[in-house]
Amino acid sequence: MDLIELDGVEKVFDVRRRTGFMRREKRQVRAVDGISFTIPRGEMVGYIGPNGAGKSTTIKMLTGILTPSGGRLRVAGIDPARERTRLASRIGVVFGQRTTLWWDLPLKDSYRLMHRMYRIPDARFAANMERCVELLDLAELLDVPVRQLSLGQRMRGDIAAALLHDPEVLYLDEPTIGLDVVSKSKVRQFLRDLNAELGTTVLLTTHDLTDIEQLCKRVMVIDHGRLMYDGALAGLHEVGESERMLVVDLEQELPPVETDLARVVKVEGPRQWLAFPASVSAAPLVAQLAASYPLLDLSVREPDIEAVIAKMYAGGADGAQGARLV
Amino acid sequence: MVPVRGRLALARDGFRAYGLIAMMWVRSTMAYRASFALTTLGSFLGTGLDFVAVLLMFGHVERLGGFSLGEVAFLYGVAGSALGIGDLLMGTMGRVGLRVRDGTLDTLLVRPVPVLAQLAADQFALRRIGRITQGLAVLVYAVVQLDEVQWTPLKVLMVPMMLLSGGAIFAALFTMGGAFQFLAQDAAEVQSAFTFGGNALLQYPPTVFAKDLVRGVTFLLPLAFVNWIPVMYVLGRPYPLDVPEWFAFAPPVVAVGFWVVAGLLWRAGLRSYRSTGS
Repeated sequence: MDLIELDGVEKVFDVRRRTGFMRREKRQVRAVDGISFTIPRGEMVGYIGPNGAGKSTTIKMLTGILTPSGGRLRVAGIDPARERTRLASRIGVVFGQRTTLWWDLPLKDSYRLMHRMYRIPDARFAANMERCVELLDLAELLDVPVRQLSLGQRMRGDIAAALLHDPEVLYLDEPTIGLDVVSKSKVRQFLRDLNAELGTTVLLTTHDLTDIEQLCKRVMVIDHGRLMYDGALAGLHEVGESERMLVVDLEQELPPVETDLARVVKVEGPRQWLAFPASVSAAPLVAQLAASYPLLDLSVREPDIEAVIAKMYAGGADGAQGARLV
Repeated sequence: MVPVRGRLALARDGFRAYGLIAMMWVRSTMAYRASFALTTLGSFLGTGLDFVAVLLMFGHVERLGGFSLGEVAFLYGVAGSALGIGDLLMGTMGRVGLRVRDGTLDTLLVRPVPVLAQLAADQFALRRIGRITQGLAVLVYAVVQLDEVQWTPLKVLMVPMMLLSGGAIFAALFTMGGAFQFLAQDAAEVQSAFTFGGNALLQYPPTVFAKDLVRGVTFLLPLAFVNWIPVMYVLGRPYPLDVPEWFAFAPPVVAVGFWVVAGLLWRAGLRSYRSTGS
């Protein structure tokens, strides 16, 4: 049986706006506009889209925070809006932007409270604590009040808090937003292990395509409240015809390099930008350049999600201009 | 509709969660005992100031609205202690609007215990017993002063009954204020107007106020049941309005009524939040 089922789920907000003195205009916004998908147990799915696309609204409906305006929604067989508190002990939620921990209390106290609040058996709690403390590097942080933690530390603390009660599904809303590279990779590694070892179903929203690349085989793209794409990540790059960017620093200023694997889109002194399809490896291109040009340095830049989606709209009409220099 | 048994289980879960969270805050407060002692003392002295005002007034007049110092102190002590109990239990409900605005209410909605209990117990401040202590101190002073009252066992029992019912009434009022903040997110001041404002009113005898105000406080928003009506029975004085004698024993019933309304308002508020997300 599928763990998560959505069938034509809608969320319509009434937005009231002042248009003048005492005058108000009522307008309906369809934040989620008929979304259907299912997620089987043990899958790790990326849920992406630009700001205001309806990602967070979907997560809020899946957790029971918001009541859908239409359609059918089930998580572990439970209707989240009707049985929110019963569902709560079976799911874990991490909001990247705000903590579920108690701000003024030491991390340890938050966990102790979760232990009692979720009625976690002592043995399970001890085992889960041990696992999280070790894998998320929390030992030093347990006595620190949450407000004194850095963003990355707090995020790790939050992820642990969401997992102490052995949830069947973990929702992560922007889990790597604002984190440094080391923290990001720690979080990703932990999530990969969690999914592989415990079989926890994971649904994560993100702006960072690298998160998806490293974690999810399946990705769903939402925009304007509609599901635009549901499938493998590689397929997304094909649909979006997105391009990655290889930035090379040559030893001296040269005319644009000649290669059949990429296009030169910009030259600035000894630095050149080369666009190549995101669905192919950068290795052959690098090898080719290294063989014929004096390279000092190089780096690969991933396409950002907005660019991919913009190109999905363009429908591949003009692949030559879409790649963005960042 | 949730069946009765489900509702009882919900209430039990709520009380349990409240206890868990409140205990944790108490423990964390007790880590800084000196600071706790000082803030409690501050709360005690701060709330004591307006009783000093009452004392000063009686330095110039013998009676206030026909009431002696002991009688006014009795009214003051009951109202102050009742507000103190309500404030201790549900005072943090003033922060609902804030939590709606900054979105942290969502983090409470994904936990397996009632949101009301989590909000009410959040930052549980034991220093608020300062206000209760001050109220009780004035009450003791009043009882010592009141030599004209013939204490019967029933009148003695009235005192704890008034404190508990009054505390429940104020706690319900805080909850209603919290529910109202789902609609108007910066309405914490409105809430204070009714709770702390109501207390300021009840500290003085009903006879000093206009009849229409007393009528409103008796029938419209029945705060008079916190102290005015039952205290008149204890003092053996007539209530300025024509009310049946059994009204003096009605505070527990009124408190239950307050809580039913508070519960319904809270549910409506939370439901509207969950359909609008703001």
